[in-house]
Amino acid sequence: MNPVFGKEQGVAAVWLMWLVASSALCGSLAVAFYSDNDRELFMPGPLSAGHHQLADSCESCHRDAFGGGPVLQQLCIECHGDDRKKPFDSHPIAKFKDPRNADRLEKINVTLCVSCHTEHRPEITAKNGLTQPRDVCFHCHQDIAEERPSHTGMPFIDCTTSGCHNYHDNRALYTDFLVKHMDQPDYLQELLVPERDFISVIDQIMEYPVDQYPVARLEADDSDEPDSVTLDPAQLADWSASSHARAGVNCSACHQPANDDGELAAWKDKPGLDGCNSCHAVEVKDFGKGKHGMRLAEGLEPLMPTSARLPMHADSDHSELTCNSCHGAHLYDTQQAAVEACLGCHKDDHSLAYKASSHYALWQAEIDGSGEPLSGVSCATCHMPRVDKDVSDWLSRVVVEHNQSRHFSPNSKMIRPVCQSCHGLSFSIGALADPSLVANNFQGAPNPHVESIDLARKDAQRHEEKKSQ
Amino acid sequence: MKPNPCLNIKSLIGIALLGAGGTFTLTGWSQDAGDSPTITPRAMADALHMVMDSDRAVYTRRIVNRLAAKEKVITASEHFEDEKALVLPAQMFRFGAEMVAERAEANPDVNFSYSLQSIWPINKQNAPQTEAEKTGLQFVVDNKGQNYYATEELGGVNYFTAVYADTAVAPVCASCHNDHKDSPRTDFKIGDVMGGVVIRIPIE
Repeated sequence: MNPVFGKEQGVAAVWLMWLVASSALCGSLAVAFYSDNDRELFMPGPLSAGHHQLADSCESCHRDAFGGGPVLQQLCIECHGDDRKKPFDSHPIAKFKDPRNADRLEKINVTLCVSCHTEHRPEITAKNGLTQPRDVCFHCHQDIAEERPSHTGMPFIDCTTSGCHNYHDNRALYTDFLVKHMDQPDYLQELLVPERDFISVIDQIMEYPVDQYPVARLEADDSDEPDSVTLDPAQLADWSASSHARAGVNCSACHQPANDDGELAAWKDKPGLDGCNSCHAVEVKDFGKGKHGMRLAEGLEPLMPTSARLPMHADSDHSELTCNSCHGAHLYDTQQAAVEACLGCHKDDHSLAYKASSHYALWQAEIDGSGEPLSGVSCATCHMPRVDKDVSDWLSRVVVEHNQSRHFSPNSKMIRPVCQSCHGLSFSIGALADPSLVANNFQGAPNPHVESIDLARKDAQRHEEKKSQ
Repeated sequence: MKPNPCLNIKSLIGIALLGAGGTFTLTGWSQDAGDSPTITPRAMADALHMVMDSDRAVYTRRIVNRLAAKEKVITASEHFEDEKALVLPAQMFRFGAEMVAERAEANPDVNFSYSLQSIWPINKQNAPQTEAEKTGLQFVVDNKGQNYYATEELGGVNYFTAVYADTAVAPVCASCHNDHKDSPRTDFKIGDVMGGVVIRIPIE
């Protein structure tokens, strides 16, 4: 009996099967790559806490597949560059550009972000996305004991992790600052947060359309929607009760933002970020740099609580993070945005403990009028603080920091813009360094013993002795 | 270490343009003349230093010394933002150097760097590191009125390196350094060489 297949036919069949299997594999990988849903298949490892929100958008960091390090570095700077300059960064890249540092850069090239912040390597990633070499401080500061005898014998592996130093934003931790504020009382004499000043500087904000929308109270009858648009009475009532109506901001300002020639755009029922951007460009830009808004800034679908790594309430699963998620379209209630909007999603211990805290009691007192204005402490007071920001070359104003990551990670970045509005330095450092106090939303007194302040005090005493000799 | 090496032409032209505003008269300028490498690295470094040194001397005398020491209407502090004070002259100089480093990166035709260093630095990061810096800073202290020139290789790149004495031009220069808690020397007087300006120009 003749065989059905000869040897040659058998080999051909194997090759055919290989070809079909390979094509199917390539096809399925291509589908996965271009579908945006399964791109994590191609990742060398999971992303860090600060970037996992962009897991389906490889090109957010890898804009050029063959660009290598310089392209990656440029993209780091595009998002994080504003904070990598003085005074926010005590080790700005420019400091290391001088050729005299060439030998140091050969050991660790600190002009590249990835030298200390390697992505896709969870096995070596510490808190705050750090993958820094253990000897990164040593190469420049190996003689520190000569300058600061109090540092004699200290290892160089935990300078930044012990809460003593922050490689980038060291503004609350440098020696002279510690010395100047180390004897502050736990509670300062005036316990108030900064007041927003947007309305008082509107004339100086060039992009603000003050000619079209002069600051004057508008009533429901003043709404300027086109005839073709029928307003929902509830939305109209919300708007007329809002700070927008009180400040003369009519429907068209958000739904039909004008171009440079003052011509109104076509009406959009849901204007999205564009509607906010025409007056609140600083806030929108900052929002896009934080975890909440980074997807929108990349042109992606909004972030949803389902993709969070922190515990979230199950009933918030279908929420999308846009400006209106927290502010609520039309009413724009900043009190709602400052507490309830946060607690509507976040379910971690710190968030759950907030309403039992003395900070919340102060917040409630301010809202019901029994407390002084600006004396309340909401979620936003600490996580989206009001900061004096240079918003242009000639204007600085008090802005609500909408990048909620900016004064966080490490939390010592909160000391100056947040804690020291009300608390002394030692109290603040002690509270932030105590994980149990952080978890219970600061119910209880922190340990007053802060070693870095002890060292600063020793340094100050040494200087006084030297002067008196 | 040899003086007067051949300078990278692009660097030379870029630097010449930058320094020209303060030091050169461009009468009879033509495209051809602009493209000719007629300036030595030493002349270029000297010109750059003259601009830097003059700007800083004006800031020190006319602003810091006048307003902080004489009129006492404002203070000058290394923590100028926290203290709402004037930037110290040395900081003004360093901020300029850092800005040049950033701007030069976007314009490869302009390629030079400079720094302020001392063998008695308040910040130890400003102590001399390379052999040329160590020799040069000692040279300008020991030979008042003279500059030091050398070539050196750093990170695989050859540089023309010039070191100029940095002198206490106003009483506040000496008093600030003498009083600073981290200063290793406390007996400076006006006119003393306190450190040096190091200018580097890459050469081929």
